[in-house]
Amino acid sequence: MTSNDRHHSERSTEDPLQAIAGTARPPVIAPGHTFGTVTDKISSIVLTRKTSLGWYAGFGFAFLLTLLLLVAVTKLVVEGIGIWGNNVPIGWAFEITNFVWWIGIGHAGTLISAILLLLKQTWRTSINRFAEAMTLFAVACAGLFPAIHTGRPWLDYWLLPYPNTMGLWPQFRSPIMWDVFAVSTYGTVSLLFWFVGLIPDLATLRDRSQSRTGRVLYGMLAMGWRGSAVHWHRYETAYLLLAGLATPLVVSVHTVVSFDFAIAILPGWHTPIFPPYFVAGAIYSGFAMVLTLAIPIRAIYGLEDFITARHLQNMAKVMLVTGLIVGYGYLIEAFMAWYSADRFEGFVPLNRMTGPYAPYYWALLFCNLVVPQALWLRRIRLNTIALFVIAIIVNIGMWLERFIIVVTSLHRDFLPSAWGRYAPTIWDWSTFAGTIGLFLALLFLFLRFLPMISIFEMRTILPEAKIDEDLRVI
Amino acid sequence: MAGPLAIYGLMAEFDEPSLLVAATHRAYQEGYRRMDAYSPFRIEELHEALGVHHSRLPLIVLIGGLCGCLGGYLLPYWVSVAYPINVGGRPFHSWPAFIPVTFECTILVASLSAVLGMLALNGLPMPYHPVFNLPRFALASRNRFFLCIEAQDPRFDLDGTRRFLETLGAREVSSVAD
Repeated sequence: MTSNDRHHSERSTEDPLQAIAGTARPPVIAPGHTFGTVTDKISSIVLTRKTSLGWYAGFGFAFLLTLLLLVAVTKLVVEGIGIWGNNVPIGWAFEITNFVWWIGIGHAGTLISAILLLLKQTWRTSINRFAEAMTLFAVACAGLFPAIHTGRPWLDYWLLPYPNTMGLWPQFRSPIMWDVFAVSTYGTVSLLFWFVGLIPDLATLRDRSQSRTGRVLYGMLAMGWRGSAVHWHRYETAYLLLAGLATPLVVSVHTVVSFDFAIAILPGWHTPIFPPYFVAGAIYSGFAMVLTLAIPIRAIYGLEDFITARHLQNMAKVMLVTGLIVGYGYLIEAFMAWYSADRFEGFVPLNRMTGPYAPYYWALLFCNLVVPQALWLRRIRLNTIALFVIAIIVNIGMWLERFIIVVTSLHRDFLPSAWGRYAPTIWDWSTFAGTIGLFLALLFLFLRFLPMISIFEMRTILPEAKIDEDLRVI
Repeated sequence: MAGPLAIYGLMAEFDEPSLLVAATHRAYQEGYRRMDAYSPFRIEELHEALGVHHSRLPLIVLIGGLCGCLGGYLLPYWVSVAYPINVGGRPFHSWPAFIPVTFECTILVASLSAVLGMLALNGLPMPYHPVFNLPRFALASRNRFFLCIEAQDPRFDLDGTRRFLETLGAREVSSVAD
């Protein structure tokens, strides 16, 4: 332990100026931990036999909402999308808003696991696992919406290119087809990344599980992983390559999603700022969701040693930066509408500010632009409650943003005779609430049955993992 | 142990990663080749100490990525040119529109090759491996570090190798049943 403490004190004084000023950055892992304590602490959450009442309550609530989703989707399949508020001209409404919102949330997971890995940000280590799980569940919720929005979901397989007797092939010049490829690739690669990251931890659970069922199930999933140095070498190579592949992928996915809008000629959609502005918005909402989940989870499971103030503060900073990029997007959108001197383009921002959906537009600006400015203050970034509230507000703001983009552009296009209004029905709300339930239910199952923090990566950031080269010549 | 033939190898257990790296270096210098080191996390120096430098995995991923790229371009090309639909006289081979699908297929096939290639080269899934016969090996996924010199190594000698491993600062040296 003494050598640990020594290593640790060296680490925490890496910035002497900050240490003198009394504002040293909080560490990425609390002092005093060893390989054993890290392993035991994280695996015990999964391996404990007793499931807490709180877990049952939370999972039960989420499961009820999932049942609501089943009811809503069943009703949709039986009666058709007429049960929603969609109409002509507003053919895209809640379902596309929700699709973009969910898929955006997923982006933070890939950003944390892939991009921050390549940038060697060690603080990502304690949050990457559940951020990846969040990505996976968010993509599952996202994928559901376009699939049920086709109106005949049982024919969705027509979207796939396969030889058939109808001689029917998908239209590859359509952004909707690009979306099919982008989202399904994203889902698959996220699953691979997450599962590969889990293999060594599944081996730990296999070796530590007290029950036969646990040993057998975790053993099958771990596939016989034994921590061989040669295996680790290939494993690390594969993991880094996956991170390198996932990085352009995550940027491409929201770019392709923005093409769904930008390729159309509709005023308010047809703008080249969309791809970068969508990607920034995705990361913004994703980090807001990671904070929304991380703050309660670390409090409930007592993980303050691993998810420290450093993590929360860094995520708050990412949120602040991406929020400003999004704000720049809003500004340029309005500026270009005016600068284009196009009557229809110029009408879009005016209609958003003063039209029937104006309250939502102003609420969106308040949530996404005004409130997050509080994050400039260190005091706010270190206050978990304030951070949690801001994260929730940003989640709401980003949902409103997508609603404004989708609905206000459609409801007043070129011809006033073709104008319309949209109001969500109870089934729109039920489907949306249902996917939140599905997301939470999957998250609760994940927290109970899989290690929510990458155990083996936590071991590598401990001071005792450092190799003492002098020992080579014993 | 039933007899010398039923032994997979000798396993030395270490408390610290540095000891394992040092021991692996020594064993390699001593001329042992059929051996493997086991650790609860990746240690960069370890595979080098074992004399393993290159992996074929990047090549597999490159080939996978190229196949995905080619397939991802040829599919929309073939669908749009072999089954032509004339929409306002637009070209059948409208290549810019095929790029997103080409890109996604490249990533998809490269990622699948990275994961499946890694598993295949590592010989996983592997339902049985002799090292698990040692009960203490369960700690290899927690906080202990192991070096196993296999009985198939030409220099392997039950007593001599055991004595050698004991000089390396091992906490315990045990034989592993095959």
